[in-house]
Amino acid sequence: MAHPLPTRERPAGPAGPPPRVRRVSPAQRASAIARLVTAAVVGLVMMFPLYWMITIAFSPSADVVSRELQLWPSAWTLDNFRTIFGTFPAATWFGNSVVVTAIITVLTVSVNLLAGYAFAKLDFRGKGFVFLLVLSTMMVPVQVLMVAQFRLVTELGIYGTFWAVIFPSAASAFGIFLARQFIIAIPDELLEAARMDGAGTVRIFLQIILPLCKPLIAVLVLLTVMYQWNDFAWPLIALKDAQLFTLPIGLLYLQGQYGADYGAIMALALLSITPIVIMFLAFQKYFVQGLARSGIR
Amino acid sequence: MSADTSAREESTGSTAPPPSPAATYTAQPGRASRRQRSTGAAAGFLGPNLILLGIFLFLPLGWAFLISFQESSGFGASGWVGLENYRRLVTDPTFWQSALNTAAFTLITVPLSLALGLGLAVLMNSVLPGRKLFRTLIYLPMVISGIATALMGVLLFDEATGIINKLLREGGLATVPWQSQGTAAFASIILVTLWIRVGFNMVIYLAGLQGISPELYEAARLEGASSWQQFRYLTVPLVGPSTFFLLIMDVIYSFQVFDTIFVMTGGGPGRSTSVLVTYAYENGFVTRDQSYAAAIGIVIFLVTLVFTAIQWRGNRSRDTVG
Repeated sequence: MAHPLPTRERPAGPAGPPPRVRRVSPAQRASAIARLVTAAVVGLVMMFPLYWMITIAFSPSADVVSRELQLWPSAWTLDNFRTIFGTFPAATWFGNSVVVTAIITVLTVSVNLLAGYAFAKLDFRGKGFVFLLVLSTMMVPVQVLMVAQFRLVTELGIYGTFWAVIFPSAASAFGIFLARQFIIAIPDELLEAARMDGAGTVRIFLQIILPLCKPLIAVLVLLTVMYQWNDFAWPLIALKDAQLFTLPIGLLYLQGQYGADYGAIMALALLSITPIVIMFLAFQKYFVQGLARSGIR
Repeated sequence: MSADTSAREESTGSTAPPPSPAATYTAQPGRASRRQRSTGAAAGFLGPNLILLGIFLFLPLGWAFLISFQESSGFGASGWVGLENYRRLVTDPTFWQSALNTAAFTLITVPLSLALGLGLAVLMNSVLPGRKLFRTLIYLPMVISGIATALMGVLLFDEATGIINKLLREGGLATVPWQSQGTAAFASIILVTLWIRVGFNMVIYLAGLQGISPELYEAARLEGASSWQQFRYLTVPLVGPSTFFLLIMDVIYSFQVFDTIFVMTGGGPGRSTSVLVTYAYENGFVTRDQSYAAAIGIVIFLVTLVFTAIQWRGNRSRDTVG
């Protein structure tokens, strides 16, 4: 294999360490190749399940159940997609996922922005305590609450409806922390100036904070959409009617009906991950920033 | 609501502020005079979120405690039985097996995802052609739903038609009983978990690495430190805060692993991959012993709480500064 790096180096000179121009020794070149090979192998391993899912989704069922090793479908077919759209309400599930995710995202991002502003820029009694309380909820696993939340939505008479999925999911402190960190960095002088001009708290929020928060809103929306689109445990408990299933629950239902006919299952899995993968590829920078910022405190 | 809050804000404008814990959050003394009059506005801004959290998080949390002290009857719970559910936990071999599996899963996946995440972050932080592409490939599994990744795992690890056993067969090797033997099933779950999880660890470590000054490495190189020495004595200590954060996040994630196991093995074969969370779900929504499920949930919560407390203590000092 040819050397992949731009080769601008000469043989390592006998002189001491050169101050500016870095020379590439054979050892460094070997290490660069080793790094590239490692990265390529890791990349292939990480991609293989996805590649395989796509392959199986477009393979005829004979290929899927075959015991022969075959890394490429014998024929590309849309049969599996016909099955999920014809026999199963895949389109309805897709629509349900869109609706539920959209409502939860709008609701949770709005209330998180409001709360983040309060924690960042308003002073009130017990702020530290309330903030701690809110943050602590981020660590409560859904499985701890599932029995009582199930009881609650049953008592409220919304069990089995979208509202049963939406409200408990929107009750998340996930974005508050991110919002606070972002808004706290907005200079106080800016808010002071607005206050001098007679703007109230609400106006300051709407006309100064929100416009400055566009990158924050992008991050919050992306992370919330990703989380809600993929959420499985709670919708599994809150929904019962197959017509109201979201895609993850539809996938499980399909697996229950079809067992090991992986073709149809992979077709639906592919359908279910496509929007999120496209979104991720388009807005990768924001995704990664958001995740990284949640890590660096 | 908005008009109301701003009106209240005006009316209490000149009141002197009482000292409060919030003082730790505001370094500038000049802002203190505004604290009192913001309280009304703060209630308006926090209200919607606190109401949601109160009804759908705090209330169920308290309720879960109550249910765990009751006995299950059909769909509901009735009659106080005190610590009976917890007493039953202690003598339930499936509970202990699930707790042990949870611990084993955590002890295996956390160090592996930390090590792999750091290794990949160092690799992706170095001079590497196409590293943007490679980074993307490593993040990608992270954005895919737990159920889709688990189903991919089912597809790959199927004993008869799965690609992994096909490859082993093709290579003249013995196939692995991924679905019928406990250890192999456990291993398949760990492999899928690492596949999903490594990207997150890498993101956090990359952010940590980018905060390290390159001069430190320059100095180390001048003093003749090898790559390994630079990694061991510079990189590892300097990404300490990231490691700490990831340790907590990964432990909590491992404690709450659900989708992967639920879909890939359902806790089987036998009880070999049952964890606390799948066992709680099984009790709550399959056998409908909801009080017992609530008790298991409380145990998970208490363990998680310990880790949260550690994280809070570790991060509090930095949080108040930043």
